[in-house]
Amino acid sequence: MNDMSVGPKNNGNGERAIHPGEGRRNALTHPKGRVLAEAELASVKALIGEGPYERPLLIEYLHLIQDAERCLPVGHLHALAELMRIPMAEVFEVATFYAHFDVVGDGEPRPAKITIRVCDSLSCMLAGSEALLLALETEKMADVRIVRAPCLGACDKAPAVEVGHHNVAHATVATVKALVAANETDAVIPDYRKLQAYEADGGYAMLRQCLDGTRKVDDVIAALSDGGLRGLGGAGFPTGRKWGLVRQAKGPRLMAVNGDEGEPGTFKDRKYLETNPHQFLEGMLIAAWAVEATDVFIYMRDEYPAVLEILAYEIPKLEQAGLAKHTKIHVRRGAGAYICGEESAMIESIEGKRGLPRHRPPYVAQVGIFNQPTLVNNVETLYWVPQILEKGAAWFAGLGTNGAKGMRSYSVSGRVKNPAVVLTAAGTTAAELIAHCGGMADGHTFKGYLPGGASGGILPANMADIPLDFGQLEKHGCFVGSHAVVILSDKDDMKDVALNLMRFFEDESCGQCTPCRNGTEKAVKLMTAKTWDKDLLSDLAQVMRDASICGLGQAASNPLASVIKFFPEDLA
Amino acid sequence: MTDKITFELDGHQVEATPDETIWQVAQRHGTTIPHLCYNPAPGYRADGNCRACMVEVEGERVLAASCQRKCTPGMKVKTASERAKKSRDMVFELLVADQPAKSDCHDPNSKFWTWVGNMGVATTSRYPAAHKSAPDVSHAAIAVNLDACINCGLCVRACREVQSNDVIGMAFRGHNSKVIFDFDAEMGNSTCVACGECVQACPTGALMESALLDKTTQKRVAFETSSVDTICPYCGVGCQTTVHVADDKVLYVDGRDGPANNNRLCVKGRFGFDYIHHPDRLTKPLIRRADAPKSGTMQISRENVDKVFREATWEEALDVAARGLKTIADRDGGKAIAGFGSAKGSNEEAYLFQKFIRQGFKTNNVDHCTRLCHASSVAALMEGLNSGAVSAPFTAAKDSDCIIVIGARPAENHPVAATYLKAAAKRGAKLIVMDPRGQNQGIARYASHILNFKPGRDVALLNAMLHVIVEEGLTDIQYLQAHTDGFEALKAKVAGFSPEKMEAVCGVPAATIREVARLYARSERSIIFWGMGVSQHVHGTDNSRCLIALALSTGQIGRPGTGLHPLRGQNNVQGASDAGLIPMVYPDYRSVEDPAVRAEYEALWKTELDPKRGLTVIEIMHAIHHDEIKGCYIMGENPAMSDPDVQHARAALAHLEHLVVQDIFLTETAWHADVVLPASAHAEKLGTFSNTNRQVQMGRPVVNPPGDARQDWLIIQDLAQRIGLDWNYPHVSHVFAEMVSVMPSLRHFTWDRIDSEDSLTYPVEHEGGQGSEIIFANTFPTKSGRAKIVPVDLVAPNELPDAEFPLVLTTGRLLEHWHTGSMTRRASKLDALEPEAIVGLNPREMERAGIAPGELVTVTTRRGTLTLKTRSDRDVSPGMVFIPFAFAEAPANVLTNPQVDPFGKIPEFKFCACKVEKAAASLVAAE
Repeated sequence: MNDMSVGPKNNGNGERAIHPGEGRRNALTHPKGRVLAEAELASVKALIGEGPYERPLLIEYLHLIQDAERCLPVGHLHALAELMRIPMAEVFEVATFYAHFDVVGDGEPRPAKITIRVCDSLSCMLAGSEALLLALETEKMADVRIVRAPCLGACDKAPAVEVGHHNVAHATVATVKALVAANETDAVIPDYRKLQAYEADGGYAMLRQCLDGTRKVDDVIAALSDGGLRGLGGAGFPTGRKWGLVRQAKGPRLMAVNGDEGEPGTFKDRKYLETNPHQFLEGMLIAAWAVEATDVFIYMRDEYPAVLEILAYEIPKLEQAGLAKHTKIHVRRGAGAYICGEESAMIESIEGKRGLPRHRPPYVAQVGIFNQPTLVNNVETLYWVPQILEKGAAWFAGLGTNGAKGMRSYSVSGRVKNPAVVLTAAGTTAAELIAHCGGMADGHTFKGYLPGGASGGILPANMADIPLDFGQLEKHGCFVGSHAVVILSDKDDMKDVALNLMRFFEDESCGQCTPCRNGTEKAVKLMTAKTWDKDLLSDLAQVMRDASICGLGQAASNPLASVIKFFPEDLA
Repeated sequence: MTDKITFELDGHQVEATPDETIWQVAQRHGTTIPHLCYNPAPGYRADGNCRACMVEVEGERVLAASCQRKCTPGMKVKTASERAKKSRDMVFELLVADQPAKSDCHDPNSKFWTWVGNMGVATTSRYPAAHKSAPDVSHAAIAVNLDACINCGLCVRACREVQSNDVIGMAFRGHNSKVIFDFDAEMGNSTCVACGECVQACPTGALMESALLDKTTQKRVAFETSSVDTICPYCGVGCQTTVHVADDKVLYVDGRDGPANNNRLCVKGRFGFDYIHHPDRLTKPLIRRADAPKSGTMQISRENVDKVFREATWEEALDVAARGLKTIADRDGGKAIAGFGSAKGSNEEAYLFQKFIRQGFKTNNVDHCTRLCHASSVAALMEGLNSGAVSAPFTAAKDSDCIIVIGARPAENHPVAATYLKAAAKRGAKLIVMDPRGQNQGIARYASHILNFKPGRDVALLNAMLHVIVEEGLTDIQYLQAHTDGFEALKAKVAGFSPEKMEAVCGVPAATIREVARLYARSERSIIFWGMGVSQHVHGTDNSRCLIALALSTGQIGRPGTGLHPLRGQNNVQGASDAGLIPMVYPDYRSVEDPAVRAEYEALWKTELDPKRGLTVIEIMHAIHHDEIKGCYIMGENPAMSDPDVQHARAALAHLEHLVVQDIFLTETAWHADVVLPASAHAEKLGTFSNTNRQVQMGRPVVNPPGDARQDWLIIQDLAQRIGLDWNYPHVSHVFAEMVSVMPSLRHFTWDRIDSEDSLTYPVEHEGGQGSEIIFANTFPTKSGRAKIVPVDLVAPNELPDAEFPLVLTTGRLLEHWHTGSMTRRASKLDALEPEAIVGLNPREMERAGIAPGELVTVTTRRGTLTLKTRSDRDVSPGMVFIPFAFAEAPANVLTNPQVDPFGKIPEFKFCACKVEKAAASLVAAE
């Protein structure tokens, strides 16, 4: 054998092997990029199974890992990308988009065992959440981390806190500490009306009538239209018309339920879901029947763990009862992103992606989930469907006041004596709602109110007689949206209120478009200043309103514009 | 499209198609609306996120992004309303706020700053700045300065949608959202393959060629003074480029919208250009010193060149070069001379080279590296179809339903072609990858089926597929009857190759073989791509015969989305083969042994010609050892690195009486030369080049050759004159004209047309017509017009593993290095990315053997031993060893087996028996 030996240690005598390279760097010991360990693959397989894996379930897989590991180690993400055969970057961008996922890099410490989320949205801020947060932090509880959270949908019980999945009403340092000490971190399931009870009271009769042909689709749609039922997620689109539009689109058609009730100040959907979920489910199944949706996706926010458990328990019961044969129900768990309440962002999230709102047109009724025509309805919208069918369109339409049709669930919080969901006539005014809630809280004088959550703008007390209905407030730069009414008092600085709301939008902006991504960030900076530069803020408000892709960006400047317009004295 | 719609644009009624956007229609009517996140280039989806292109649509509550809003009948659009302009200006002002100051910006020529200037927007902002991120300079070729990033996501689309390289993402949320690589790794530590698509797409200079920036300030310091449209010097894909130049130096390269690349490039094409400026460039002719001995084992370091060679004038060097060859020819006959032309040179150079050898020495001993890459493919294609070219371009994948990639690693070796295959898979085509090695760093993510078959067992797998097709009646009987001969013999042969029987031979489950056979045969349109994994075997021709049989028996050829495509390796291996750099054939594959053809050339070249086929590359090396060949002229090839059993080859080169090497570097081959002629690099020459798609494209000079280096075609002409040939081509275009006159494939081609159109596919059926991308639609260029199916048997690899040499060694390429590394290892960025000789081993095997990643090992075969650094790579199957052949310090071909395929005469680079030992242990044992 010829043993001409050339190589890095050529001839063994230290002579440099001749080659044209510079030889300044060392070769990689592995192919480019992070090296995946077999153990990482094994632990992820143990959590998500052997496959086949479905791309739209990425967020569900991330939940499985997060639940088991209390975080998302990048090694697990690497294994997940490998198993799903998708880019690492795709997994990473989804994982880092959602607030409830904690991505932990190689060598970085894992988060503490218990996560305490303190709601810092407006109603809770008014109830002292900042002080509570500070106090909790000074407690230095072992293996606990304390994070700020956007609206937990418990504004009637402010300040709201979550210890793990355990919701704490009117939280105090003492109640939180006690839960931590007892390691009580599971969701508390409220006493709700179960399937048997609901059916015993005549529940699912309407659905059965639809399914057995007693009722015709056109009649059902006509009843909703005549009854004046509108989209109660905030947009107010006539429900009957929407069903009709989706039905016209070429199938297969899909349906999504928007259960991502994230608008600060809104907690009505939660109330219905936690007390009478089957009335909503019946409405949903009627809708799926009406548009012939092959699949229904219930997108439920992760902040409502009790609701998720209720659905996980009740839906199989429903299927066993043979009430859902006409469609397939999927529950998709949100992961902490307000933007996913925007219907097209929600659809992206249902597809397992980041919640980036889509451009319109095309509208989701034509191009929705997996690019199929999709009916999207809010929880409460569907909740009223069985009753409208049972009691008739005229009954529902006749419930309104001040020219409005139907019944509305106003989430009233802030400086009132008894914050609550007020179920009353559509078109009720803020003044009337305060009365419904036992008047102003002690020691507070009515100063102004948010008619439609964080994005609906702010109106002064002297405009409390406007009917709170769709289309009534736009001329004042406001809207009623999800009917989340937050009452403010003389104790509240409107600058602070607006800044709280803008910070919320800054945190929750998806970051896709310049006006919203940069606009919210610049607005917060400008609004933190002692005096507001009204010219700069007004220009900012205009570009955000005119040029943002979705409603979040378009409406994010409403509160700031309202303060400039209605509360000049607070800017002095 | 017939259903035109009409709408109002800035007060004028305009027409549009329903799939046009407002931006496009406005552009057509002379209004360029500002845009940042929108790139009006092929493959880029409008995303509408930057909001720089907002326009007002009457009746709508908010403004619309013109880049993605489709036109609808009757809509009234105002592109320049106060409201729209205000929004656009505000968008820019918000973005300016977060940019580095104009005076400190990374790239003042960026699209962003250009628009700021064009729009008259202030270069400062009234708004407070956001947090600035630090530079990431971890990558050898690309600087990442996210302080200039505007989150437009063009880089994400570039990386994921255009090139499908899948590294870049947009992570986090809101104003924290950020461009990331993999899991927010530094770019240099990510899976980035440095295609640079992101750099070309980035509108702000956040992603830039690091070479253009000052290292400390990250400000651009290099600006081009001119730009030249040309093509890439590397692989057979044939990407069109624009090369930007200042001071006769290349600064950077952009992709251009050529038919084979649509603006895309890979790391070699974009960042591998500076080898032409390397100090190793030959700038003076060299003559070997009389006292410098020749030896097959000698190596010459940069410092020792003077000890072996002396500089000479061109006159002297050409005289010595020509005299040496002529002396031998006069004494021993022309058959004692051989020439190796180059697949890197132009068509004109290839044509002149073979003419020089044939006309000058009356011998057909002229060959080139096609012998080492696709000779067996061409042999099989010539035998079956009487045409060695691809039947369809790789871009035909866009129409395919089923794509088989066998023995090819396009993500490494044809990266831009790979992007089209990945795109086809994303569209829904089934992608079947057959390779003994994995392709996890490549196209595996997009594959519907991955068949990791046993090395060297291609025929077992392919015959089993044919068995299924025959047995299950999946043949296209009408096609077979109308267009083929030999099916009955195939049917009889493959009867004995059931998948169940072949499963144990090829290592692929029978069910999988059946599934992919059905998929291939039943799909409406199926296409096959193959590479050197098929061709570089002693049964390489048989492998290709099977692929041809698959296509013919199912009628998967001659229609859009179907066909046979051997992916050609070098930029002009197609053209060099077409031009006759092959010992058996004249240009256009016309046999040298056909008296009529020979008579034609004898008349043209006014001389008698050799009536017998010449020797091939490997045969020439043997003939030198046997003193049958004594003089060689080697232009732009490096057999001292590329030939199998390279010690044998080097000994042959050293044994020559007279060796003339014409190259741009003192290659390992040139170490053994008597005369070295400094030639021109691709970027210095004018000429046509034919890519793997049969597209003949114009390469143009970008810079001048260094020192006294000269144009290759002129050197050949000077040598020709010195051996008594009457050559007087005034310009290289005259060579092309002569080629057209003798090559039917180039009918209707003119130099001027290629020059004006940059690319023209052959064949062109009529004067001024477009080239035919898909050939063999109705007939084959055989005498009968029918294609021939050739059944084959199992032939085992020549050297099977045994107790002493238990592993299988396979050689190949790395993404960053091209062939023998003479160019890419002198390209600073590529050298930085892959700086050292490595051997790829399976991680589990390494663990078992106690070898740590990066540890030195020796790899030994019956022919030699190399010491290399290990790379733990799960793409290397257990039982296999992979060594790239680009590294001079550890030439893989010291180890390879020189046994050749009997038809294509191609060596078995892909299979020989070897053993791997820890280097330290073996050193200790030796002492």
